[in-house]
Amino acid sequence: MALRRPPTKAELRRQQIEELVLYPLDWLEERSGLVGGVRYFLFRNVPSDINWMQTLGSAALTAFLVQAITGVILAMYYVPSAATDPHTGQPVAYESILHITDNLTMGWLVRGMHRWGASVFIILMFLHMGRVFLFGAYKYPRELNWVIGVLILVMGMMEGFTGYLLPWDQTAYWATVVGINLNGTAPFLGPWLAQFLRGGQEISGATLTRFYSLHMLVIPGAIFALIGLHLYLVIRLGVTSPPWSKEAAGMEEVDADSNGAGRVGLTQPVPRSAGGRD
Amino acid sequence: MEPEQPSPDTAHDSLHEEPHLPPPTLWPVGFAIGIVVVLVGLIINPVLISSIGGAIAIVFAFLWARDATTELRGEAIVVEPERRELKEAGEGRTAPPADQQGVALPRVAETAVTRSRFLEGATLGLGGVIGGLITVPVAGFALLPSFLGQKQHKVDMGPVSDYAPGQWYVATFIVDPAEGEVSKRAAFLRNNGNGPNGEPSFTIISNRCTHLGCPTQPNGPSGQQFTGVATVKERTANGPLQLLPVIPAGYGCPCHGSQFDVEGNRTAGPAVRALDRYEFEIDHGRLVLLSTYSVSKVVGTGAAAKIYKYKETGPGEHVDGPEDWLYPLQPPHH
Repeated sequence: MALRRPPTKAELRRQQIEELVLYPLDWLEERSGLVGGVRYFLFRNVPSDINWMQTLGSAALTAFLVQAITGVILAMYYVPSAATDPHTGQPVAYESILHITDNLTMGWLVRGMHRWGASVFIILMFLHMGRVFLFGAYKYPRELNWVIGVLILVMGMMEGFTGYLLPWDQTAYWATVVGINLNGTAPFLGPWLAQFLRGGQEISGATLTRFYSLHMLVIPGAIFALIGLHLYLVIRLGVTSPPWSKEAAGMEEVDADSNGAGRVGLTQPVPRSAGGRD
Repeated sequence: MEPEQPSPDTAHDSLHEEPHLPPPTLWPVGFAIGIVVVLVGLIINPVLISSIGGAIAIVFAFLWARDATTELRGEAIVVEPERRELKEAGEGRTAPPADQQGVALPRVAETAVTRSRFLEGATLGLGGVIGGLITVPVAGFALLPSFLGQKQHKVDMGPVSDYAPGQWYVATFIVDPAEGEVSKRAAFLRNNGNGPNGEPSFTIISNRCTHLGCPTQPNGPSGQQFTGVATVKERTANGPLQLLPVIPAGYGCPCHGSQFDVEGNRTAGPAVRALDRYEFEIDHGRLVLLSTYSVSKVVGTGAAAKIYKYKETGPGEHVDGPEDWLYPLQPPHH
């Protein structure tokens, strides 16, 4: 039993500071519900035997955010033009890449982050996919999230394909020639897809500008939307227990013989009336 | 709802009998119209139309001000509060009075188009129309320019006298001067002399590999040192043209190793057909390249060659045999 004594000066000050911090949060919460939303998003129950492998998804998300931020900065300096600079005889797009890399302060670093981060993003997505597969985390009720994840992977590869053309050097040009013609050999609609990607019969300046638009507007927008859906489903369905787990997120542990199989939860659904997560 | 707060129905008398001031009025709209007429008049006819607009604006401004100051001037305002008949159960959808809460809402006939149903339909319908009006031009603009209005580019290849008869050249040229360097192409080219009927004959093979479109290279020595023929460099209507003499044993692709013989027939590798060729014409003694066409195979050589000609298709697409059935529809080509 705490004694009823007048609060000390330090306690009073502490109380004042708390009120000072909480006041704007309360103000925001009352008008928007955002504080509760953030709590719902971040402060969730996860299985206590969660594994480091389960951080691969957030690692991939971080890699994507790095790509988004460095990409936005690069777009401030990059010029998607196939025209030839009359002074140097080189294409303007290629020159802007050289300018970013060689002249601008820390341009080499940001371009390098974007260039190598692209591979990191793809690799992390594959590792995350492998974790989900090996943990059986794609099973009921998370099948839809697997499908969305595959779409994000495809979008990520399309980012790689469209981004590869942008330096507009020989490697970029011929890789894109081969890549587009590869798509063109798809049955029935392949030739149409190839011509759409080229923006005509031949690769030209129109190809570069449309790849730039796809690379920095269309596909990233789609990825952001898909990541939103992906995270919504993660939060709604909870984090999977590892395959060796005896428990499920937010559930009490059960005896090995109580259910015949040793554990309950989303990796092995039981009727909701029998204690399933609601 | 909090029990202390009066429900709208019980509060009806106390809250809504008192009119809110100022009452709704149309005068500001007339005033705005007057101002618009003044502004239009400044462009069309400052004297006449602007004066009319000014008069309209002044009249309506006066009426508006008179209306807004009614209370200040102490005149009585008579505003009839809006009332609606409480319909019999089954006729309307008026909510039951507060003191009868718990009584079921009157049923509405299933077929009746209710207000909410109508608004729902109107919102979806209008949204669909607006969405369509935006989507159709945008999607058309995104898709159609790639397929429509594709132009054929004639390539001026210099005078026919540049081409020593029987000699192969690697010709590099600009297809579209407006596009510049990116439309630079190469072709393997031989002047066959005159054909059986005396007409000029050229073999002009596109260097684009029929696997995935990489640039094939001639297998063999090139340049004056080996061929005894000088390299031709000149500027034509299309831009710089270079004719590099070469003695090809065939052509090979650096990307995936496809090989072709001198007439362009595929001899090895993943390519699916012979190399494409250019149509040509002789215009005032100058060689002019026209569009390309696809070739399945070539029998014979030079002017006497029998060429199995097909409409131009993309690299990697068969033009004959059952694999050709996979590409029944080709996008428009110039």
